[in-house]
Amino acid sequence: MGKIKLKPKARKGVIGIKCLIKHPMETGLRKKKGKLVPANHIVHMVVSHNGNKVVDADIGSSISKDPYFKFNVAGAKGDTIELKYKDSKGKTGSATAKSK
Amino acid sequence: MKRRLFLKSAMAGSAVATAVGAGLLTPSMVFANSAAFKAKSDAAGASSAGAGKGSFKFKAPKIAENGAVVPMTVDASKMDGVTNISFYVVNNGTPLAASFNLSGAQGYVSTRIKMGKTSPVDALVTAGGATTKVSQEVKVTIGGCGG
Repeated sequence: MGKIKLKPKARKGVIGIKCLIKHPMETGLRKKKGKLVPANHIVHMVVSHNGNKVVDADIGSSISKDPYFKFNVAGAKGDTIELKYKDSKGKTGSATAKSK
Repeated sequence: MKRRLFLKSAMAGSAVATAVGAGLLTPSMVFANSAAFKAKSDAAGASSAGAGKGSFKFKAPKIAENGAVVPMTVDASKMDGVTNISFYVVNNGTPLAASFNLSGAQGYVSTRIKMGKTSPVDALVTAGGATTKVSQEVKVTIGGCGG
C-alpha cells in the first residue's frame, strides 16, 4: 500500500488540494531482465470534501510514477478532505486531512 | 501497416474513423488497461476529433527532457459547469492519460503524465455538455514508457 500525502490549503474561499500518492504505476509493458513487469497502476480515485464527492477520476497507466494531482474546491479552513484510490491489483488506499 | 492504417483513418477526419484508428493502435490483449477504460479512451479520441477550440488555459512544456514526468495543468476555472477534464496523449499506447469527473470542484486539474515519444497532447474540457479542446505539441527527448 502506498503512502499518501494530502495537503489541502484554504485561501480566499478556495481550497487547493495537493496530493501525492506513492505508487509504482507500472504500465505492464515495461521489461526487466527480459520479463514483463506486471501492470500495477491506479485506476480510480475519489476526492471528497466534507463527505461530498467532488472529483471522481479514471486514471490510466500513462500517469507518472508517484502521481501528483492538484484540484481546487470552494471551501474554508477546517473543512475535511478525503482521498481514496483503487489500483489495478484491487488494493485500496485512503487519506483524510483537515484544510489549513 | 497499423501505422499506415491509422494515418489513413486520421486523414479521413471523421470522428468514427479516428476512433477505429485508435482501436487499431490499442489492441486490448497487449495493453493492461481494463476494457472499460479502453472504451473511455476510444470515446475520448472520438470526442477529441470533433471538439472545437476551448477557451481555457492549458499549460504544458514545449520540450520535456524526461518523458516519464511531464507536468501539465488545465485551468478552466473561468468556465461554468465544468463536468470533465481529460488529458489525451495522441501517440501513447494508451492515449487517454486520465479523466477527471468534477462535481462541485472548480475546473482546475494539475498532474504529471508519462509520454513515450513526442506527441501532441489534447486537453479536453466538458462544460455544460459541450466538449472543447486545446492541443499542444510536447517534444520528448527521453521516452518515459519503459523500453
